Amino acid sequence: MEAVEIIIVGFLAGTVSGLFGVGGGVVFVPSLVFIFGLTQAEANATSLLAIVPVAIVGSYRQSKYGNVAVREGIWIGVISLPATVLAAFVANELPQRVLQLMFVAFALYVALRMARRALRPEPDAEAEAELGAT
Amino acid sequence: MAGGDQNELTSWSPSRRDAGQLTVIGLAAGAFSALFGVGGGTVMVPLLVLWRGFNEKKATGTSLLAIVIIAGYAVISYGLFGSVDVVKGLLIGIPAVGGVLFGTWIQQRLTDRLLSGMFAVLMLFIVVLYLVK
Repeated sequence: MEAVEIIIVGFLAGTVSGLFGVGGGVVFVPSLVFIFGLTQAEANATSLLAIVPVAIVGSYRQSKYGNVAVREGIWIGVISLPATVLAAFVANELPQRVLQLMFVAFALYVALRMARRALRPEPDAEAEAELGAT
Repeated sequence: MAGGDQNELTSWSPSRRDAGQLTVIGLAAGAFSALFGVGGGTVMVPLLVLWRGFNEKKATGTSLLAIVIIAGYAVISYGLFGSVDVVKGLLIGIPAVGGVLFGTWIQQRLTDRLLSGMFAVLMLFIVVLYLVK
């Protein structure tokens, strides 16, 4: 891996993480597969490690902006354990191409849902109060 | 609202519906996290917005907190199967910490609708990247 590429990909992933509240995996994983030539399972595992420091710093910053619902976040995180362990096992057993296609289907679904929300915002009192007239 | 959450932590007793929704979100995020190597934010953010009525910024902040725990679990699980590349993970993760500071700063200056739209474009780009390969 070239140093410059690593820094660019890392910084980009972090920016995406901060902007969209994701761990940065949506950037780490394709980059590790396509630029750095890792297998999907290796990319997943490596991405997850990179996500941890990013999410720590990101959630700390967001809490300073008053954007963290602490008890909900902890509940979601703690309760995820059985699903996480099971899925890590499954991911190591499935063929690479199947994992990739599942990732594509999932990304497509999220893209469509978020596009709909951007184009036709729900009558959301909190968001409207924040934005003024939309 | 988010500001008072720390103080209410000890006295919080969620309704059955609240607890059920948060549990489903957590399980879905955990499964997606480990399956796809992401933090689970791509599941949590839309579900927090659509089910819990969070605005985008509160959903993203809360998602990041949950990701710390979820990605921690997932990386340990993958570690048990031997596929974690520690050196590469840290090399790519450290510049990303700089990025997340930049991203959260920018985010405070954008509208929720714009954030949703940008997120949709990013996900579509990833879909195209995988399909053309």
